[in-house]
Amino acid sequence: MKNLELQKRANDVRKGIVTAVHGAKAGHPGGSLSAADIFTFLYFEEMNIDPKNPDMEERDRFVLSKGHTAPGLYSALAYRGYFPVEDLPTLRHLGSYLQGHPCIHIPGVDMSSGSLGQGISAAVGMALGAKMENRDFRVYTLLGDGEIEEGQVWEAAMFAGFRKLDNLCVMVDNNNLQIDGPIDQVCSPYPIDKKFEAFNFHVINADAHDFDAIRAAFKEARETKGMPTCIVFHSLKGKGVSFMENSVDWHGKAPNDEEYAVAMADLDKIEKELEKAGEQ
Amino acid sequence: MAENTVKKIATRESYGNSLKELAEEFPNLVVLDADLAAATKTGIFRKAYPDRHIDCGIAESNMMGVAAGLSLVGKIPFVSSFAMFAAGRAFEQVRNSIGYPHLNVKIGATHAGITVGEDGATHQCNEDIALMRTIPGMVVMCPSDDVEARAAVRAALEYEGPVYIRFGRAAVPVINDHPGYHFEIGKGTVVREGKDVTIVATGICVDSALGAAKMLEEEGISAEVVNICTIKPLDEEIIINSAKKTGKVVTVEEHSVIGGLGSAVCDCLCANHPVPVKKVGMQDVFGESGSAAALVEKYGLDAKGVYKSVKEFL
Repeated sequence: MKNLELQKRANDVRKGIVTAVHGAKAGHPGGSLSAADIFTFLYFEEMNIDPKNPDMEERDRFVLSKGHTAPGLYSALAYRGYFPVEDLPTLRHLGSYLQGHPCIHIPGVDMSSGSLGQGISAAVGMALGAKMENRDFRVYTLLGDGEIEEGQVWEAAMFAGFRKLDNLCVMVDNNNLQIDGPIDQVCSPYPIDKKFEAFNFHVINADAHDFDAIRAAFKEARETKGMPTCIVFHSLKGKGVSFMENSVDWHGKAPNDEEYAVAMADLDKIEKELEKAGEQ
Repeated sequence: MAENTVKKIATRESYGNSLKELAEEFPNLVVLDADLAAATKTGIFRKAYPDRHIDCGIAESNMMGVAAGLSLVGKIPFVSSFAMFAAGRAFEQVRNSIGYPHLNVKIGATHAGITVGEDGATHQCNEDIALMRTIPGMVVMCPSDDVEARAAVRAALEYEGPVYIRFGRAAVPVINDHPGYHFEIGKGTVVREGKDVTIVATGICVDSALGAAKMLEEEGISAEVVNICTIKPLDEEIIINSAKKTGKVVTVEEHSVIGGLGSAVCDCLCANHPVPVKKVGMQDVFGESGSAAALVEKYGLDAKGVYKSVKEFL
């Protein structure tokens, strides 16, 4: 898929995120928007998956370790055809299958997650299981940069590095903000790249909003043998919605009706720009 | 059979042995441990099937998640550590990464209760049954001897879903080695019939209950002994029927009286057939260092202690 196409899909995914969180009147838009390009690339290009057969045995797996950004995952899954886009506003509603955090019963969701630090361990277990049976699927897991303050992340990293799980790709969405403020002011996990290197990972730093960089990073990860890869994605929290960008206030808050209109106008503007770029 | 010739074996030993014996029959079985293979006895399995034994190092939280992931790609993981670390330290991982998605992960927790002995209170887990039975969909078992422990491991492998099995460190008498013995998840057994009082026991306390029943018999008191291996789902029928017959129930467990077998039995009887109940177990206290036998005696969990408790109750 060409970059322009990916950008359009990512913009749709962002609209879905804002719409879902607005419909829920709660949820986590900031970290969903920062990871929207990553979700888009994973589901529209990188992973071997089939939305018509979500449980396909040899599919690649994805575990959203930073499970609070479920709106981002759900939006990508919806636009990829796992379930209707129209269902996104039912997020977090009583009776909706779109639970506040990823639930394994949702089509396309490979593991329940949301309690921080736990998703990476499940991904490691899947990767180990594949290795034990010489199966070819790859396992991807996305962590928040605040999430890596959890000790379990490093238990999992130690295990994955020691076991040389080169079918595992760990991604850190480094948007530099967590609930209580900038991560380097709360309890700094920096340097993130050097930490994963020390745990025997191949580490790549990449721009989370540049599809050439994203594509190159995943290619390098796939070609890396004998060790797991960690891609540290440098991202902008709230990316795409003017008033949410780089704002800690929008970590876990839903826009009201007025704010929703502004957010959608921002994304409509981007959509028009992308269409224009396509015509040229 | 004279007391000193009774065969004794620790249920952790039964656990390790049965994992090895069932390995061929269950080719998807893999065993995880956290640097305790010699103590949990998964080392027996490792020796025979090194490629199917995964030592996760001293990192129980990650181990639970790795087991979850393995189960999602077709393996049947048996995860092992001491009860303190499997149910205690990793409680939230068991709840959220195994219980909530209802994965086919089995937890073999050894060194439960005060019979850990000399290591003392930090390692004596008297809370694991309480913790595990609060997780929706979790099966919780506490076998009383070698025969039952082996049967429980097999039953766990045949069952689809999360299971927690509690094993002990100390050698305990084999009491179920008789023809006609049948094991089923969720089914209790009347191991001795009586009419004056019901003693409901689990794990190593079943033997103590049987010993107490003999002592009571000498005084003309007829005690019925019910062995509850599966604490969840509880065999309510067997408990209600026995309570209807005797009108008085004593529960005995090597566990806190808060949240364990005693609480489960009380929940059942309060709702179905209220009768007076006395709970014998750890009375909201931590354990301490000492030999297993000395501790069991001090905390009133041996036959004599149970006998005394029943006498006081009647």
